[in-house]
Amino acid sequence: MPQTNAAVTDAELREVSLTRDEYNRVCAQLGRPPNRVELGMFGAMWSEHCGYKNSRPLLELLPTAGAHVLIGAGEENAGAVDIGNGLAVVFKVESHNHPSAVEPFQGAATGVGGIVRDIFTMGARPIALLNSLRFGPLDDARNRYLFNGVVGGISHYGNCVGIPDVGGEVVFSSSYAGNPLVNAMCVGIIRQEKLIRARARGAGNTLMLVGAATGRDGIHGASFASLDDPELSHRGVVQVGDPFMEKLLIEACLELGETDYLVGLQDLGAAGLTSSSVEAAHKGESGVEIDVSRVPCREEGMTPYEIMLSESQERMLAIVRRGAEAEVEAIFSRWGLHSTVIGSVTADGMVRVRSGAEIVAEIPAHQLADAPTYVREGTAPAYLQEAHSFALSSLPEPQDYNEALLKLLASPNIASKESVFQQYDYSVQVNTVEGPGGDAAVLRIKGTSSGLGVTIDGNGQYCYLDPYRGGAIAVAEAARNLSCVGAEPLALTNCLNFGNPEKTDVYFQLEQVIRGMAAACEALNVPVVSGNVSLYNETRGQAIYPTPMIGMVGKLDAVQQRVTSAFKRAGDVIALLGPQSDDCGGSEYLSSIHGMVSGRTPRIDLDMEVSVQAACRQFIRASLLSSAHDCSHGGLAVALAESAIAGGIGCEVEVPGTGRVDGLLFGESQSRIVVSLPEKGLEAARAVADGHGVPFAIIGRVQGSALALGDRVRVPLASARQAWQNGMAEALAVEGQ
Amino acid sequence: MKIGIVQFPGSNCDYDCLHVARTVLQQQAAFIWHQEHSVSGYDALVLPGGFSYGDYLRSGSIARFSPVMGAVIKFADAGGLVLGICNGFQILTEAGLLPGALLKNSALEFRCRWAHLRVESTLSPFMAGYDHGQVLRMPIAHGDGNFVAGPEELNRMHDHGQIVLRYCDEHGDTTPAANPNGSVDNIAGVCNEAGNVFGLMPHPERCAEPELGGVDGLGVWRALASVLEAEPVRV
Repeated sequence: MPQTNAAVTDAELREVSLTRDEYNRVCAQLGRPPNRVELGMFGAMWSEHCGYKNSRPLLELLPTAGAHVLIGAGEENAGAVDIGNGLAVVFKVESHNHPSAVEPFQGAATGVGGIVRDIFTMGARPIALLNSLRFGPLDDARNRYLFNGVVGGISHYGNCVGIPDVGGEVVFSSSYAGNPLVNAMCVGIIRQEKLIRARARGAGNTLMLVGAATGRDGIHGASFASLDDPELSHRGVVQVGDPFMEKLLIEACLELGETDYLVGLQDLGAAGLTSSSVEAAHKGESGVEIDVSRVPCREEGMTPYEIMLSESQERMLAIVRRGAEAEVEAIFSRWGLHSTVIGSVTADGMVRVRSGAEIVAEIPAHQLADAPTYVREGTAPAYLQEAHSFALSSLPEPQDYNEALLKLLASPNIASKESVFQQYDYSVQVNTVEGPGGDAAVLRIKGTSSGLGVTIDGNGQYCYLDPYRGGAIAVAEAARNLSCVGAEPLALTNCLNFGNPEKTDVYFQLEQVIRGMAAACEALNVPVVSGNVSLYNETRGQAIYPTPMIGMVGKLDAVQQRVTSAFKRAGDVIALLGPQSDDCGGSEYLSSIHGMVSGRTPRIDLDMEVSVQAACRQFIRASLLSSAHDCSHGGLAVALAESAIAGGIGCEVEVPGTGRVDGLLFGESQSRIVVSLPEKGLEAARAVADGHGVPFAIIGRVQGSALALGDRVRVPLASARQAWQNGMAEALAVEGQ
Repeated sequence: MKIGIVQFPGSNCDYDCLHVARTVLQQQAAFIWHQEHSVSGYDALVLPGGFSYGDYLRSGSIARFSPVMGAVIKFADAGGLVLGICNGFQILTEAGLLPGALLKNSALEFRCRWAHLRVESTLSPFMAGYDHGQVLRMPIAHGDGNFVAGPEELNRMHDHGQIVLRYCDEHGDTTPAANPNGSVDNIAGVCNEAGNVFGLMPHPERCAEPELGGVDGLGVWRALASVLEAEPVRV
């Protein structure tokens, strides 16, 4: 029995981020008060980051089952989906928002490191990285610093580990000033029978700690991520990454995955050794015993508390078949990695921590793993009513539509992100068939004719203005991105970035977004296989926009059939697939041109969405299309401009629909895809669209060297390209007031 | 005929080179671990791209001391074909098998994009499939590709046809704007005096199959295979 201390102060509870009620619950479960080490372990495991205590009841609303799902949400470090040929794709997205707010370069770098470990922990070779980033406006020096630091950190880490960074998005809004969002996604591939579980099974098997030595960095990282206003909290919790060490771990662990020495493998992420050992024991329905005096440390005199809670990067916990320790050590050693036996699997369901002969913690694994959950009552935020009463008629039409289009193209939320993605190696591993910048990236699967479409997407503004619709649109748009390249959506991973859920309006947003996501998942038949929740994203009491990021993977049976957004041939017909409207709510047009985040997020008809996407994929399978592009930020006009810029050919278009022309051109009504195709395929395309009951309007032709949209827009293509290409550089050069 | 791909800790284009050698060229190929002291049994060597030893200290400066490098140098001195791509190029300059050095890109940022290259010399057997003046298109992906050499060294390299590739625009003009990293004279690839050791920053293994957007790198690989089939060098 470990020593206990009777009275715990409020200050001590604050340090481990537990409430007095939670503390009392710990005492009741244990049948005694916890000692300091145990208290720290409970604090970490019951944090929102590890324990999902506010979000778990809501996450249960999301559909997780599906025909292709091999490993579903919550079962392992990442989800796994069958992609045929005996292969599985393994993927997950995770946030590193709070560390990046304090130290953007290392915060983002270690975010990449963490998500990569989640993938190769399962035995899969990581084949792609994506990221979704949010910052405050670039006219502020602090936001520029955060933006450059984050991009630099992702570049530094991702390039070194040799995983192509093939896609992502960056959005700027004052909502994220002081609290940037850094969400990184990793995709891996593996032969299904080689999948490794993160489970400690078989009493007497050995626990080996591999990789970096344990230091005092990152203690309380998990609890820290669950506090609002990170700048006011501990600075020392941000870790420093070593991508070279990570690369060695990848290769060594994949080599180990080919042997039968491993029982399980678990990475050390948030809450370090505590979380990895507790989860492995709990999922393996066994116990573990760890001797912290055997853990290699970076400095003298580290306490059991510090060792159990350190978040030093690039460490793995291998659960090794008894008797194979020397063979395992030899493999790690060949890769220049240090591995140490630190304990063993037990049969009694306890997580027992020793320091030499002394027991310093002894807790049933299930008590640590089963964090309390809170079901709260949400209330609709007051701002919604005002926003929803917005009417486009209250605003004047732009006097000069050409200027409005050029301004939108130059807006940092729409402008070319080449200056960002050229800092990422997106072609290593020789699988990148379509790299960053399109609706979705396309990777070939070597040894087959098939490919994967991968994308990540989110729109905080939509979720702010209507959380339910915003949640549904986030899922629908990610799927639409895949459908635009010809990939059939298989499954998704999500990262839910929200403010403090203890506030009723934030809880309302969280619940409504999840309900909207769930509805879209059901309609599109895309289950959730993994995810992460990042709450308490606030600065000085102000919550960020509710921002779910949706990472989605789809399959192309024939990678050769993929389609891009670029116009290909003068003379091709341009058509709009899907319903047209002049709805402007929540649009980039309103925020960039009129300086207002208002209106109601566009309605989404999920049945229509499903049909539009099915029609688009059928077009592509029938090789009818020259190009396909999702209408998103900036609406139809920007979608056409982007296709024209990418293809180097202009277009002449009649603006379809009735209503305000600015709404028709720049509004962001949903379920719309702009396609171009040779005239001879028109009849076949119309038959497909009719078959799916989807509007299909011929709106113009690919031709010339200008963007000619109705009678309001006539812009030389060169001017449009210049605005779009220089937008980021110009925004970075502007000094705010 | 067997191609050896030298694997350093931190190499990350090793599998890409193996893929091209085996799947595209249909040749035998295998990894050579950096701790080997011999390269016997191999007819040509490739030092792949990546971040050997994390590029810590300076790109290629630690890998250059790996045990295998003694054997690589002997192999090169005996006339064996050695190809260094990206980090492999950096290692070859650090090892003294190629002239010059590679500094941080002038923009101080990593650059990943397609680059146009003009063939300046076909002295190296690796360039047998290309024409002098031909404009190629290959991917680049590096942070330390800024080639430097002193004026005398540059003159000597020029006189001996050791400047193999220069960055250019799509028309073949070696403009400053076409230079992605600040390299002196837009130099992208160089060979030794004998031509059997060739290093370049662009990635020919990333443009050897049409689905990856171009096949201009294939010539380097085909040359490797055809030269070896004619007269393999064994050390």
